[in-house]
Amino acid sequence: MFKFSGEKFLKRDFRFYIKLFISCFELSAFTFGGGYVMISLMRKKFVEKLGWLNEEEMLDFTVIAQSSPGAIAINTTLLLGFRLAGIPGAIITVFATVLPPFLIIYALSFGYSALQYNAVFQGVMRGMQAGVAAVITDVVIGMAKSVLKNRAKAVISLVLMIGAFAAVSLFSVNPMLVIAFAAVSGLLLFRDESGEKEDRK
Amino acid sequence: MIFLQLFWSFFQIGLFSIGGGYAALPLIKEQIVELNQWLTQAEYNDIITISQMTPGPISINAATFVGTKIGGALGAVIATVGFVMPSVIIISILYAVYKRYRKLSALGSVLAGLRPAVVGLIASAGVAMVISSFFKDGTVAFRTDNMDFFAIIVFAACFYTIWKHKVNPILVISAAGVAGGVFYSVF
Repeated sequence: MFKFSGEKFLKRDFRFYIKLFISCFELSAFTFGGGYVMISLMRKKFVEKLGWLNEEEMLDFTVIAQSSPGAIAINTTLLLGFRLAGIPGAIITVFATVLPPFLIIYALSFGYSALQYNAVFQGVMRGMQAGVAAVITDVVIGMAKSVLKNRAKAVISLVLMIGAFAAVSLFSVNPMLVIAFAAVSGLLLFRDESGEKEDRK
Repeated sequence: MIFLQLFWSFFQIGLFSIGGGYAALPLIKEQIVELNQWLTQAEYNDIITISQMTPGPISINAATFVGTKIGGALGAVIATVGFVMPSVIIISILYAVYKRYRKLSALGSVLAGLRPAVVGLIASAGVAMVISSFFKDGTVAFRTDNMDFFAIIVFAACFYTIWKHKVNPILVISAAGVAGGVFYSVF
């Protein structure tokens, strides 16, 4: 048995591990366009659908994954694995996440140039890109709502959110700098945040 | 000793690519094209293009591709493991720290500041993707020949089904792919 968010219990049996593996494999196979897409899909699956994680943990994992070396998707999946089932969980999730791109590239390395100019393949890719853009849009709205839920901090949070977006999108600021700045702002402006009430709901 | 060298090269790429995705590109280029000359510049460009069309992190794609070319299936496994290893070590430590200290007020405040900023970062990735999907040349120019109206319709339909009906996003993305495959190869 494993304790979740103070109220939910989840049996870590064989079926749980299979489900964890399949979920991560599936997510990874559809992660077109970088680590944030993986995070968006992961949020939909593990926060919204399965309820194995809460929204704040998902955002914390994103922060840690983004500020650590390596690929964001790999880092996030490792954190998810550790959180849900310790070391065996991390082994399963990282394996499940690496496998789809590994198999695809391994297969493609023998004859990729043909595919590159194939009209149907390119069409499928463009269609999927529009779908992925829709998923990410939906996730951003959900995340923004959850961050702004706390009325007392809504104004500062909104400023940090828009500021981070503008810095990276409009002024091409390095995301690491944005993260460092937000960390300091949090330390100075959110002094009363104890973090303990997170678990109570 | 080619396997040891493969492992070590990708271990370094994994260790020094902070910030994900495109931050790794110059490192990959230095290790693969310049230092070890495992790929030519043209092959390197190809692998970047493939990475954009296939799922998964660019570095995993590069590791698998280079590994296969240099040492077959075993080479691919070794290069990939090399790249993932630094993440495994560092994230294990960071997760332990997070688990132990997240209740502390200082870390709580830092995380409270970081959460909205991260939403902003994800939003900027989302907007970049929307732009490259809606505009054929990737720049925001509202000319009818530059706008991909089919992609805009697909986007709207996908967003509506996910938002209103909570349909599994993977199903929605697949449907969008099928629609794209049919539409773009006909028109």
